[in-house]
Amino acid sequence: MRIPILKLHNYLLISIQIDLDDQTAIQFQEDLLSKIHENGASGVVIDLTSVDIIDSFIAKVLGDVVTMSDLMGAKVVLTGIQPAVAMTLIDLGIHMQDVPTALDLEQGLIKLRQELEE
Amino acid sequence: MEFQSCVNIKKEWDIVGARQLGRDIARKIGFGTVDQARIATAISELARNIYLYAGTGKVCFEALEEIDRKGIAIIAMDDGPGIKEIGQVMEDGFSTSGGLGAGLPGVKRLMDEFDIHSEEGKGTEIRVVKWLR
Repeated sequence: MRIPILKLHNYLLISIQIDLDDQTAIQFQEDLLSKIHENGASGVVIDLTSVDIIDSFIAKVLGDVVTMSDLMGAKVVLTGIQPAVAMTLIDLGIHMQDVPTALDLEQGLIKLRQELEE
Repeated sequence: MEFQSCVNIKKEWDIVGARQLGRDIARKIGFGTVDQARIATAISELARNIYLYAGTGKVCFEALEEIDRKGIAIIAMDDGPGIKEIGQVMEDGFSTSGGLGAGLPGVKRLMDEFDIHSEEGKGTEIRVVKWLR
């Protein structure tokens, strides 16, 4: 299974709408980094509105992809994390403090623009 | 014991299968969305541990019904190598697989009861319970 990555100007947009298994998550990590490279994207929004579970593995993959993209020079914002998912992550002891987040896609794009203008 | 159903963990996709079945059972018992997410996440961590460290095993679900309360029990069993230092794996941040080390201590925080039995060379059994509030 592949997660579609959409290009919008110099941004990449991803909406994860499936129950992520480990393989799909790793594949997504690779696909996103190649897309950033191909398109020279400066910003990425990963929307998690439809994701109803993030366990420690998926959290690690998401956290890593933010750091990896950052190394390549692209900013990533995670958006739409559900209340139940946020509560579960904190119970798990995963704080994701260095990961930029926003309430929804719209706020995510605003945040990206601000970060990139700085 | 109301009923018991199990998911065999043999391949990575079974982790998803186990948490989806567990979530369905939790919803039927009457758990809200936040507890459903906690339960599904706990199952995911337990199933992944089986897949990573033992290779194969199974995750079973029991709907618990007592006079004054209802709940769900999840039992994760394998015949893997067992855990040498249980104290160590219950520490936040300890991992031998390059993960976050959030697995077992996280599961303990997500659930209400947590029991672990492990024997080196024989396997591991973890039973966790969440009560409906």
